[in-house]
Amino acid sequence: MNWLLTHLDEVGGLMVTHAVLSVIPLVIGLVVAVPLGWLAWRYRLLRTPLVAGTGLLYTIPSLALFILMPLVLGTGILDPLNVVVALSVYTVALLVRTVADGLASVPDEVLQAATAMGIGPLRRFFGVQLPLAVPVIAAGLRVAAVSNVSIVSVAALLGIAQLGSLFTDGFARNFLDPIIVGIVACMVLALALDLAILAVSRAVTPWLRVGSPA
Amino acid sequence: MIRFTDVTKVYPGGTVAVGGLSLRAPSGKITVLVGPSGCGKTTSLRMINRMIEPTSGTIEIDGRDTSGLEPNELRRGIGYVIQSGGLFPHRTILDNIATVPLLLGWDRRRARARAHELLERVGLAPELGRRYPNQLSGGQQQRVGVARALAADPPVMLMDEPFSAVDPVVREQLQDEFLRLQADIGKTIVFVTHDIDEAIKLGDQVAVLRVGGTLAQLAAPADLLADPADDFVADFLGRDRGYRGLAFTEAPALPVTREPTVRLGAGADEARRVAAGEEWLLVVDADGAPAGWVRPSALVAPVGPDDLHRGGTVARVGGSLRAALDAALSAPSRRGVLADDDGRLVGTVRAQDVLAEIEREPSEAAS
Ligand SMILES: Nc1ncnc2c1ncn2[C@@H]1O[C@H](COP(=O)(O)OP(=O)(O)OP(=O)(O)O)[C@@H](O)[C@H]1O
Ligand SMILES: [Mg+2]
Repeated sequence: MNWLLTHLDEVGGLMVTHAVLSVIPLVIGLVVAVPLGWLAWRYRLLRTPLVAGTGLLYTIPSLALFILMPLVLGTGILDPLNVVVALSVYTVALLVRTVADGLASVPDEVLQAATAMGIGPLRRFFGVQLPLAVPVIAAGLRVAAVSNVSIVSVAALLGIAQLGSLFTDGFARNFLDPIIVGIVACMVLALALDLAILAVSRAVTPWLRVGSPA
Repeated sequence: MIRFTDVTKVYPGGTVAVGGLSLRAPSGKITVLVGPSGCGKTTSLRMINRMIEPTSGTIEIDGRDTSGLEPNELRRGIGYVIQSGGLFPHRTILDNIATVPLLLGWDRRRARARAHELLERVGLAPELGRRYPNQLSGGQQQRVGVARALAADPPVMLMDEPFSAVDPVVREQLQDEFLRLQADIGKTIVFVTHDIDEAIKLGDQVAVLRVGGTLAQLAAPADLLADPADDFVADFLGRDRGYRGLAFTEAPALPVTREPTVRLGAGADEARRVAAGEEWLLVVDADGAPAGWVRPSALVAPVGPDDLHRGGTVARVGGSLRAALDAALSAPSRRGVLADDDGRLVGTVRAQDVLAEIEREPSEAAS
């Protein structure tokens, strides 16, 4: 593991890039998935096309999507924007169903009570329904985060530098060390994101961790 | 006053949930809507705060047609309580109660102070305010539901089977508390239930609905029991209507007999002496409250709690004829125990004297 010690800075830099390329699409994907998930929850007829349609996006091979992006976006092939947009698409694909399920998990009588108290639709959504859907949505977000970390590495084939570059690099030089370091770093990153989402989700749902009636 | 004029609701698909309902819910009174499942009770209730829009007809509150009011504003002025409270699981009890005041723009401090006040009002300890709903028992959650509905002091309250999710003992407690509260606050209340006993107990007037959402009868509980409009209402009221009707007639001056008593812990000899040959002797506790009946002849030691026959009910002086009669019928001695408002023994009354009173005033028993 001498290799790691001499390349600590480089690996650290790649890890940061990797994290950024994973997290930004996660945020964008969530922001897009919430209204789509709401539509799927609210209008029965839209549910199947929205959930199945966005779900289908996930079946597009990532390499193909990365290569297609410059054509669609008019970006350069090396532009990290390609990765961000492609991964946002995957995140949306994973999250629309989750958001719809999360919204549906909120008890109807709670929403009825909110309406009956004169809480308008927007306030009811952000103040009551979305907070109560957090546990379900966070579970989907964790899956999407891990998925993103793994898919980002594919972008190394296009020459966009992140932890995946360690694989291509090691492979090209027939050298195992960077490959192992890359795998471990990816795992550490995925785990860290997973735990971070878990921690945030727990922090914003204090009512789920209190005892039963005393 | 809330006034329904020829209100109908036809759901998409053609279900007639409410079919031409006209009725008034007077101000400051409890109007109960009761009827079998699917007779349109919830639909009728929700048309008042426009969670459901009527297909035709008008609903007025204090003379104002609700269809001309902004729904959310209308709703903030109407308390609404549903089964198991419908509390927000993610907000503390205090925040739940403060919901409408905050919506109305009260400052936080005033809203919290009001929430505290209401918590106490519905009989909950202040420290419960910091808890979340899932840390409360069903009965406590229901009380919070009532407190939340009252928070902005709305003149009108709508209640949809608010007490049906708790066990019978707690339900009875909640009903009693609710009646005491209403005696204080005098809201205009429309209360939905499918439980005719609850309707009779709580209602100043009871509207019996039949499936299809039409009014079968609207009357005060005593009149309903005494004079059901038709077979449907009679069936729905169920058995023992005559007996239950007695609950609405105050027992006037019943002939009360002083009852010889001994205290808990009195010796067997003393008990036998006081009983003077009677089979049953009444035992009171240290406060003078009736504790139960004992058979002096069977005593071998001082009167202990285990010797007591506890089957007898205790009626309050000035309570209903039903309570007095039941006290007499349930006592092993057939002498009904009467107590004052503080629970202290006053004396006993016999079933025949209660019956004589019922026969003496037949018209009053039916009004
Ligand atoms: N949203 C709806 N769409 C179609 N039909 C409905 C809808 N809501 C209620 N109904 C129908 O209207 C009728 C009255 O329903 P409502 O809920 O008012 O009855 P209810 O008296 O409250 O019954 P329960 O005692 O069971 O609560 C029922 O036949 C019901 O199936
Ligand atoms: Mg109902």
